[in-house]
Amino acid sequence: MIQIDQLSKKYKDAAHFSVSDLDLKIGEGEIFGLLGPNGAGKTTLISMLCGLIKPTSGNFSIHGLNFSSHKNQLKHLIGIVPQEYALYPNLTAYENLNYFGSMYGLKGNDLKETILSHLKILGLHEFADKKVKAFSGGMKRRVNLIAGMLHQPKVLFLDEPTVGVDVQSKTVIIEFLRTLNKAGTTIIYTSHHLNEAEQFCTTVGIIDHGELVCMGTPQELIQKEEDITDLEGVFLSLTGKALRDHA
Amino acid sequence: MHKLLVSAHKELLLLTRDLGGLAVLFLMPLLLVITITIIQDNTFKIIQENKIPVLLVDLDKGDVSNQVKQSLKDSNLFEIVPEQQESIAQDLVQKGAYQLAIILPKDLTKDLNLKIRQNVTGILAKFGVEEESTPINSSPISQKEIRLYFDPAAQQAFKSSVRNNVDKMIAQIESQSIYQAFQEELGEDPTEPLFDTKSFISFKEIIPNTHKKETIPNSTQHNIPAWTLFAIFFIILPLSINMVNEKNQGTFVRLRTLPVKYATVLGGKTLVFLTVSLIQFVLMLLVGIYLFPTLGLPKLDVSGRIPLLMLVALFAGLAAVGLGLLLGTIAKSQEQSAPFGATFVVILAAIGGVWVPVFAMPPFMQTISKLSPMNWGLNAFYDVFLRNVGFKEIVPELALLLLFFIATTVIAILYNERKNAV
Repeated sequence: MIQIDQLSKKYKDAAHFSVSDLDLKIGEGEIFGLLGPNGAGKTTLISMLCGLIKPTSGNFSIHGLNFSSHKNQLKHLIGIVPQEYALYPNLTAYENLNYFGSMYGLKGNDLKETILSHLKILGLHEFADKKVKAFSGGMKRRVNLIAGMLHQPKVLFLDEPTVGVDVQSKTVIIEFLRTLNKAGTTIIYTSHHLNEAEQFCTTVGIIDHGELVCMGTPQELIQKEEDITDLEGVFLSLTGKALRDHA
Repeated sequence: MHKLLVSAHKELLLLTRDLGGLAVLFLMPLLLVITITIIQDNTFKIIQENKIPVLLVDLDKGDVSNQVKQSLKDSNLFEIVPEQQESIAQDLVQKGAYQLAIILPKDLTKDLNLKIRQNVTGILAKFGVEEESTPINSSPISQKEIRLYFDPAAQQAFKSSVRNNVDKMIAQIESQSIYQAFQEELGEDPTEPLFDTKSFISFKEIIPNTHKKETIPNSTQHNIPAWTLFAIFFIILPLSINMVNEKNQGTFVRLRTLPVKYATVLGGKTLVFLTVSLIQFVLMLLVGIYLFPTLGLPKLDVSGRIPLLMLVALFAGLAAVGLGLLLGTIAKSQEQSAPFGATFVVILAAIGGVWVPVFAMPPFMQTISKLSPMNWGLNAFYDVFLRNVGFKEIVPELALLLLFFIATTVIAILYNERKNAV
């Protein structure tokens, strides 16, 4: 379970808090969709939960391990799939995964078999020995995904894992994540694809201006709003239609 | 240990897959050392073997000008090109057609002889040797000036060398004329050798040596250590760019989420780039030993010194890698790391004495020079290459290089922790 208490983040020189006094509980085994417009604070929240940026105030724990006192242990519990392809373009898919897997302490045949089986599941086994720089966006996304979960984390954070990929890749990725979730991995996921989130997530939280606006199952949220039949309608109803451009 | 080795393996793969980077790492330093040595060796040969054409405007046309011409010929440094007019000579030198023009003034022989006779007669009269006073024109004789025109592009060292040679030549002619005047005044036959006019004091160049082994310094013995060190330190460029690339690719962010210490990540890079610097060094030695003689350059003499040389290369490599790790940690983009890295290495080389010897620098720069790791490395290389010292004598330099590596790496780790503290 993930327990977030009064978590805030204000960047240096920023006028407003990116995340403001956020309280949130995410149950074990959930697929939690963290939704919100650009600049709402989704990536900031995930970055804090992954230990990439320091919260201004507040605290959180994952599976009972408090962030402030168990930073290193938490690294073994969580997996991260960042929005950008965090891969070495000049290494092959296998070499990339072998490196990142080894950094989690995996080694030998176990690591090799894990890599090859995941590459096969995600349709990349034929390309294991090809350099990542030659891959399409969808292929890179899939390697990026494997790199974040080779160590079988209890919680997997995914920042827009299906952005910029074709329907086929998206389907494979979502199916793979469902399988992982069934095996016990809690998934925290951000996306701008609201239809995808509606189908995929067990719970959805919409944040705006750094605050949690609503939370519940997609169906609960849809039913709460009058004359709205999908999650996109709920989203626009709660966050408005104004553009959120910022620099 | 497993994580360190896997990190090193990853770095090795990345390095070997970047052919352009590899070429820069290995071929460019070799090209540099070959080019510099050929140029320096050829310059040496030009002075030694090929004569420099010199315009000579002889307005004197007397004994002194003949002796000057003979001395210039005897020096084996110059080839005399006669010119009638000073203005033409000046113009040709100004245009760079000649490096130098020497103008011998009118009546140089006549006035020099007159001046010397005046002086000699005066001296002999004081000693009461002159029985009959020979009527000598005692009117003051104006000082004669031999004018030297230099090409504005001529190097200072060349000018100094020419000035010294001409000065020496004139002094010799003057002293010979004085001896001759004395001989004539004493009524002796000037053709009969009364005085030995050859220089009494001469000098011999001796290179101090230890262990009864003398090393003759040549352009190769000087250039290989200096430019190898320069190449070794240039490793900070690919290393820092490698680290900046990780930041740009997002892999650095992923690394921060992994249960691996930054020191381990840096350790992997250190192992690989240190190996690269040692390979660079071995290639430089091979070039000096095997390629240089085929190019007509002096052969590099490494006999009995290889273990100490490898030790110096290892510690110099460590210092360079430490600097690269620090730069790569601090820099946010290639636009920051590449120009800064390249310029900084050139500055370190300059203050380290790679181009201009430290003793020739102003006192302030000599102090600064002692802070350059390239100076420590260069001193250690010269100690081994040219002074034939043992391990004990290079320990201070090796210790400084090691401390530099430790200091830069620790600063890089602390900076990273502070910058990315959560």
